[in-house]
Amino acid sequence: MNFPILSSLILLPSIGALFLFFTKSDKKNNFTGKYVALFTSAVNFFLSIYLWILFDPTTSEFQFVEERIWIKDIINYKVGIDGISILFILLTTFITPLCIISVNNSIKERLSEFLIAVLIMESFMIGVFCSLDLVIFYLFFEAGLIPMFLIIGIWGGARRVYSAFKFFLYTLLGSVLMLVAIITIYWLNGTTDVVELYNSGIDIRYQNILWFAFFSSFAVKTPMWPVHTWLPDAHVEAPTAGSVLLAAILLKMAGYGFIRFSLGLFPVASEIFTPLIYTLSVIAIIFTSFIALMQEDMKKLIAYSSVAHMGYVTLGIFTIQQQGIEGSIIQMISHGIVSAALFLCVGVVYDRMHSRLINTYGGIVTIIPKYSILFMLFTLAALGLPGTSGFVGEFLILMGAFKDNFLVAVIASLGVIIGAAYMLWLYKRVVFGKLINTDLKQMFDLNRSELFILSCLAFPTLFFGFYPDPLINTIEVSISDLIDQYNFELVSKT
Amino acid sequence: MENLQLVLPEIFLSLSIMFLLILGVFKNNSPRLVQNLSLAVLIITAVITFNETIGINETKLFDNSIVIDYLSSLMKIITLLAAFLVLIISSNYLKTFQIFKIEYPILILSSVLGMMVMINSNDLIVFYMGLELQSLALYVLATFNRDQIKSSEAGLKYFVLSALSSGLLLYGCSLIYGFTGSTNFNVIANQLNSNEYALTFGIVFILVGLAFKISAVPFHMWAPDVYEGSPTSVTLFFTMVPKIAALTVFIRFLYVPFLNLIDQWQMILIFLSIASMLFGAIAAIGQTNLKRLVAYSSIGHVGYALAGLAAATNDGIQSSVIYITIYVLMNLGLFSCLLMLKRNNKYFEKIDDLSGLSKNHPMLALSLLIILFSLAGIPPLAGFFAKFYVFKAVIEQSMYFLAIVGLLSTVVAAFYYLRIIKIMYFDEQKEKYDTDHGFWLKFSLTASTLLILIYFIFPSQLIEVVSRINII
Repeated sequence: MNFPILSSLILLPSIGALFLFFTKSDKKNNFTGKYVALFTSAVNFFLSIYLWILFDPTTSEFQFVEERIWIKDIINYKVGIDGISILFILLTTFITPLCIISVNNSIKERLSEFLIAVLIMESFMIGVFCSLDLVIFYLFFEAGLIPMFLIIGIWGGARRVYSAFKFFLYTLLGSVLMLVAIITIYWLNGTTDVVELYNSGIDIRYQNILWFAFFSSFAVKTPMWPVHTWLPDAHVEAPTAGSVLLAAILLKMAGYGFIRFSLGLFPVASEIFTPLIYTLSVIAIIFTSFIALMQEDMKKLIAYSSVAHMGYVTLGIFTIQQQGIEGSIIQMISHGIVSAALFLCVGVVYDRMHSRLINTYGGIVTIIPKYSILFMLFTLAALGLPGTSGFVGEFLILMGAFKDNFLVAVIASLGVIIGAAYMLWLYKRVVFGKLINTDLKQMFDLNRSELFILSCLAFPTLFFGFYPDPLINTIEVSISDLIDQYNFELVSKT
Repeated sequence: MENLQLVLPEIFLSLSIMFLLILGVFKNNSPRLVQNLSLAVLIITAVITFNETIGINETKLFDNSIVIDYLSSLMKIITLLAAFLVLIISSNYLKTFQIFKIEYPILILSSVLGMMVMINSNDLIVFYMGLELQSLALYVLATFNRDQIKSSEAGLKYFVLSALSSGLLLYGCSLIYGFTGSTNFNVIANQLNSNEYALTFGIVFILVGLAFKISAVPFHMWAPDVYEGSPTSVTLFFTMVPKIAALTVFIRFLYVPFLNLIDQWQMILIFLSIASMLFGAIAAIGQTNLKRLVAYSSIGHVGYALAGLAAATNDGIQSSVIYITIYVLMNLGLFSCLLMLKRNNKYFEKIDDLSGLSKNHPMLALSLLIILFSLAGIPPLAGFFAKFYVFKAVIEQSMYFLAIVGLLSTVVAAFYYLRIIKIMYFDEQKEKYDTDHGFWLKFSLTASTLLILIYFIFPSQLIEVVSRINII
């Protein structure tokens, strides 16, 4: 038996959280508590880098598979990764330590509890991306609600209670149908093991309804129009680190679920429902972009832009083209990094001025130049400027879409323009212009930890913008095999 | 000669009750002694049950009027352990109200005896006798805090409504007797003629009586009032122990004599289940008193347990037993928390009294958080698995409507559990509560919370325990 590297990735943050739980939390120990959390998540990050090095990108087989008997004769605990999941694990382990560093300024009370919640969240998120059993997947997928509910509710802003409830109930409502579908699959095929289900396929008569049950869960989580309304609320009220986790990783669970389960298990139904996804995605792209244009609140604007960006992701996934799906994954990774950075940027000015309203600011470029430069970089990445990772993803998605459906691709391309409009306008109103609000003069530029976090995020944004090969190499084979399998099933079943 | 060994637990328990009554007469001022002896009696009875009966095959005694099999032994042990825990954590509460008397443990023992008879019953008369024995003890327990008007009201309400339901039940029994010529379950099963509408009437009346005892909608009206008015320790007893016995009778009654009439009663069971789940979830939203809220939540949970029974398979029955076991565990934890909300000899039971609990008593709040999320059925806590098994059994029978309604009502129910968590974690803190709780109270809270939390590591064990239940 090899070293169980995936289980260690899942367990390590929880062990760190347990350790934090047993250390007394007075003012002084909070400090050490933070280092414990940082240490655990950093170890996890390096472990996942090591995983990436060991990872063999030339095969689409699941690697590092571990299987143990869990509920006897019913469910086995099974984890493993392929090219699709590994990048999400890396994203999770990369973002979490940065989140933990960022709590310095924003979380004032109950710090160690916050860190426990973040670490447990990390465990669950990694679990989602590497579980190879539907029940295990559901377990991790749902369990993440508990820490996130607490993060929003305890450390959030003024309307935190409303937002936390909305977040929790929306997501739970979406997911219960998925549970029914999972149990149905168990009775249809006698197993919930994803690999076996890939091989055996699912009865064509049930595919539509099962697809829809999974869709209801993923659509809420993505979030797709019209069930996206929880996201702006949750984002606005969550503390900065919570928004970062939410935008960077939680939203990606659904995109990952679409690729892994909707395409993988229900090809026939996916083909049937593609027009639905296209329609919802295009509406999300255009409609929420316009909404974003009109926002007064910076966090809300970024939240709506997230909905639009996830619209590209779902569009790309259901093109079932090599470029489209590759683009979607890169777009998700890029959005994970960029939106995390944007939320942190908002957090930086919020910590100083305690306002997220755009009209509070203006003309801060001369006061905090370092901030302005980094903020510009991420703004440009968000609107997809060539040379940033945002461009690679959007470009590939649109390429895939043009191959599949010309009209949809044209409308989605228009979304890029609106996207550029709201991001640039946001930047212009916040950073440039006349300095009217004289309180702003007291703002100080990025401190060391903020600079460190934002540079850490800036590096991959630029690096993968110029040289996306490492990402594409990792996912290429898995995706082409997925598409082959998809087309094969489609031909053989219809 | 009958094999009396198999009823040794019941014999021992009834002799002990009589002994304790006599002891109580002579040592009227020593409730502690009686309490400790009762605890010992419960444990010894459980041990005897475990040793004598758990391994044996189905055996019928006394002219086939009682049945000893794995199901009955298992349920008796669960009942005895639950009663033990209730008794052991309630002494501080009783002392505060100065109702720590010798009658309390003896009444609990008597009702447990009644439940054991119910669980064993293979005959309508035996079943009715057990039911009445446990009910009579429970009426008195409900009024145990007799100086408080609410407690007396609860007891009276419970008595009147329960007597009504017993009447209906008895009427159902007589109808069945009239049309089959026997009160024995097995004989009834052989005499069944599904054309007899009167038999269906009989089943319906008995189901009404049973549904009343486990407070399934629409026969739940007594539960909130009685749960609220009774002393908290008695409420704890009400929410856990009688439900175990009544569920066993449900299983026994439906699956032994009336399995062939499944078309007649399955719809009723599905209706009871759906109505309980939905009503329990919706009605709990507006509550401000924790005990009332628990009453509605227990109505909802009974709905889930019935959903498993409605599946009419061994899997379904097993999932119901798992459900009720995990439910008992969660309720134990929940009430341990309730019994800890004490300040200056006064107990608090409003939801608002929990405000800001997480700042004053972080560990208590964390335990309650885990228990509440588990009650809401959020993975990876034990409550999720309970629901998972039930719905697995239900979906196997393609009863999708029941499954979807059930799962949607968990979402509604999640709302009021979340509300409590919100009050504990997001609201401003109030005064601190006392922390000088007894060892057993702390123990039961810690143990139940830990079991709920780590259940997902060893989910197979409980399944193995119930997998030997084979009724159909």
